[in-house]
Formats: sequence, C-alpha cells, structure tokens
Amino acid sequence: MDTQLRDQIPTFGAKQGADISLSGGLSSLSSGSNRTAFETLVIILVAVVIIGGAELLIALFEVPQYILPRPSLIAAALVSEWKFIWPHLLVTLYELLVGFTIGASIGFLLAAVITQFPFVEKIVTPYILLLVTTPMLALVPLLILRFGFGSEPRIIAVALASGPMVMINSATGFRRVDLAKIALARSFGASTLQIFTKIRIPMAMPMIIVGLMVGSIFGLLTTVGAEMVGGAEGLGNRLNYYSSMIRMPQFFAVITLLATIGISIYVFFFWVGKRWGSWDA
Amino acid sequence: MNASTDRESRNSTAGPKMTISGASKRYDTRSGTVHALDRVSLEVRDGEFLCILGPSGCGKSTLLWSMAGLHGLSSGEIRLGPSKIEAPHPEIAMIFQEANLLPWRNLESNIALPFELKRTKPDRARISRLLQRVGLAGFESKYPRELSGGMQQRASIVRGLAVDPSVLLMDEPFGALDAFTRDEMNLLIQEIWMETGKTIIFITHSIAEALFLADRIVVMSARPGRIQEIVEVDLPRPRPISVQSTPEFIARVNDIKDMIDHRKV
Repeated sequence: MDTQLRDQIPTFGAKQGADISLSGGLSSLSSGSNRTAFETLVIILVAVVIIGGAELLIALFEVPQYILPRPSLIAAALVSEWKFIWPHLLVTLYELLVGFTIGASIGFLLAAVITQFPFVEKIVTPYILLLVTTPMLALVPLLILRFGFGSEPRIIAVALASGPMVMINSATGFRRVDLAKIALARSFGASTLQIFTKIRIPMAMPMIIVGLMVGSIFGLLTTVGAEMVGGAEGLGNRLNYYSSMIRMPQFFAVITLLATIGISIYVFFFWVGKRWGSWDA
Repeated sequence: MNASTDRESRNSTAGPKMTISGASKRYDTRSGTVHALDRVSLEVRDGEFLCILGPSGCGKSTLLWSMAGLHGLSSGEIRLGPSKIEAPHPEIAMIFQEANLLPWRNLESNIALPFELKRTKPDRARISRLLQRVGLAGFESKYPRELSGGMQQRASIVRGLAVDPSVLLMDEPFGALDAFTRDEMNLLIQEIWMETGKTIIFITHSIAEALFLADRIVVMSARPGRIQEIVEVDLPRPRPISVQSTPEFIARVNDIKDMIDHRKV
C-alpha cells in the first residue's frame, strides 16, 4: 500500500512509483502494476459512495428533476434514448476525428518545419498564439454562413482549435535540441531526414503527446460548442434539444456521454504517453 | 606553414594515420573573434594512443570535432590517409562526453543505431562479443537510466567499436565519472586498445589520465589554441593503476604541470 506523501523522502535505492508528469493522478485509471487490491477497492468504494450519495441526497431533499435528476434516472434515460442518441454520437465523433486529424497534422508539420528556421518561427508564432487564445467557437456563425449547416463548418472549427495546440506544444518539444545527440547521429553519417526521424522526433515526443492530448480535448469542446451554435445533428445539438424540452434525464445522459468521450481521449493519450513518451520521466 | 608540414611528413617512415596541417578555426562572438585553433599541425601515427591535454578553452574539443568531420576549419586541412576529412568518415568513430546514449532506446537498439543510420544489418556476433568484453552481456534490454555512469560509457564504447572503425576519437569520455570508475575505465580502454590495435585520440584535462594512457601527449595552450609541446611517454605496457603512485610517474605529472603553468605566466 502506498500511503506516502509525495514529498516524503524515500529510502535510498527504493523504487519510487513515479508516473509521467503530465498525468500523475491518472494512474488510478490505468492498469498500473503498482496498484494493490486495497487501492482498487478504495477507488471503487469512493465512486459508489459518490453516485449512491447523490442518488440519496437528491431523493432526500426532493430536488426537482428539471434541476438535477437522480443518477438512476439518467442511466435509465441513457438506455431508453440510446437508439435516438447514437446517430448523433457518431456525428460528433466523426467531426471530432476528422477535424482533429486535419488540425493535428498541419500543426505537427508546421512545428517540425518552423522550428528548423528560427527567423520564420519568430514571424509565425504571434499568429499561432492568436489562434490558440481566440476561441474558435466565435468563428462558427461566420463559417456556417459560408459552408452551410452541415459538418464542414464544425470540422473547420475543430481543426482551427486543435491544430494550434498541437503546433505550440510540438514546437516546444522540437526546440529542445540536444546538440550532442545530433552530433552523435552525424558522426555516424546520418542524413538530415534521419536526424529528424531518429533524434528530433523521439526527443520531442513527450511534448508532442501533450499537444495531441490538449488539442483533442480542445477539439471536443469546439465540436460540441459548434453543434450548439447551429445545425441539426450531433450531441451538442441534442443538448439544446433536450434542455428546450426540459427532458433533464436525457440531457444529463448526453452530458455523461460527452464526459465519457473526454475521459477516453485522456486515458488514450495517457497510455500513448506511457508507451512512447515516458523516457524522460 | 606549408613548408613545415612537408618536412614533417617526409620524416615519418610508415606514413601517418591522420595528418593535420595548419588547422585554424576562428569564429565571431559578441565579444570579438575567438581563435579556437591557430595553425595546428600534427601527425597521428597508425595504431598509437594519442592524448590531447590542455586547459578548457584551448580548442582541444574543436580539434577533435574537426577530425571527426563535424566542424569545418577556417583554414588548413585534416586527412585520414589520403582522403581529406570534410564530413564524417566511416573509418572514424567518436565517443562523447557522458556516454550520449539515446534515453528512449534500450542498450541493444542504442548500439544498433550506427547500423540503422548506415542502413546495414547489425553485426550481431561482433556486438555480443564486445558486450561480453566490457561486461555488459545480459543488459541488452536495459534503458540508459537504469545503468550506472560507467556502464553507460562502456555501452557507448561498444557502440563506437561495433562498426569496426580504425580510428576512435574520444572527447573527455570519463570526465564525468567518479575516480574509482575512471580508473576502471582507463584500464579497460588500455586493454581494448592493446587488443584491437585501433588508433585512439583521447582528449582529457587530467595530466595523470593522459600519462597513464598515452604513447604521446599533445599539450595544448589556450587563446589561441596551439600545440605547445609533444611529450613521448615510454612507460611499459600494460600499465597497472598503481603506476600512477610511483615517484617517477608523479615527477612526470609535475613536469607537464610546469609546462602548462609556465605558459600561463
């Protein structure tokens, strides 16, 4: 059982249960090898107490359903409405996946190229920062005017929201040049392309993965937001629909789905990071 | 400048392994032009253990990196046999400070890196023989962070030797190791040199290390980086670590120290 405080000094030579820095607390979600049966039990117990407690408290204080439905009602709504919700789930996932893939690819390539040329980087960075800090949702009405009510404006918004995130984090990774390692590869006759694939990409990998994680979460936010702004499809649209009908259990069922997507993305990149990006932990 | 190198090359009989003639390197910084190397001429004999010794800033690393084909010179040239060194050469391998292993690769794939870059198949038999030789057999799947500093540096020596170069350039390879590990590594590199007959050019700022390892010591002085003196070391081989505490050895250390001190005044 690991009940040590994080800043407690471990015994010299003892193995520390260190996780990669970007998601230390997430080890409760992964099938970590250093988790004991007791810890698993406590984690499950806490989840049961929270959900059960919500159920009880909402019933006890007679909170009206249109403010906060009981967890059991939400679960029931998720099952009964599933056949109406899942096409919208697919639309949301499609928009997210396509938009993110486009945005992330462009962001990654831009980062890789731009960091090679410090002068170009100085020129481009302010615009990338502008894209990072401006909520891309604000562009959606404009995009709808131009591209109509289909998936295209949302895909563009998602690409615009996630691309710069991937770009800015990847660039940070690519900027961590270790001259000795590049000299090492050169001394064995490496080409520029080989230095890129064998040294620079692996060296930047931890930051690239952080960028992909943050970028995809931003993508999800933008997908749902864009669906709420306009159009007739997607989980965001369903949120508008169910809340306008005051069908709160269904509304929260959709929220539950969105939370599940978000956590799945996070866990996926956590796993990717553990596999490919944890060498500098 | 050219006349002197002509004379030197006529003097040698077997033909030098590497020839450095009039190597100069200048570069501009904010505080002015730095003369890292100033007309350095040197012949490296085939199969010798040459140490380049000098204070920091004397251009010894610049010289070595130029010999590896990693740096260009402002003037002068470096040759390996008949071929001019302008880019990394397959006959020359470099061993860096602090091992320089790639932390995202395990030992085996770190050693396979040179083969990957040259797009050839790793010489498995040779690699496992070398790993055995340096006492790293069984550690192939370990990552650099799981190995001690000495083990990491031994792995990088295996990586350098795996491609069977005829010249090994070593840039202060044991500078970051503790004194005990350093002795151990010095013994190991002496043994490997005696077994393989490679030409080794070894940079250090430790006089004792240079005396222990070298056939010849090139003493360099700083600003501008120049060859000050070349010292022949005729101590019999193999040299045990204990040779370093003999009065004769200590006297030689002091002689070289005097050379460097006098220069500073």
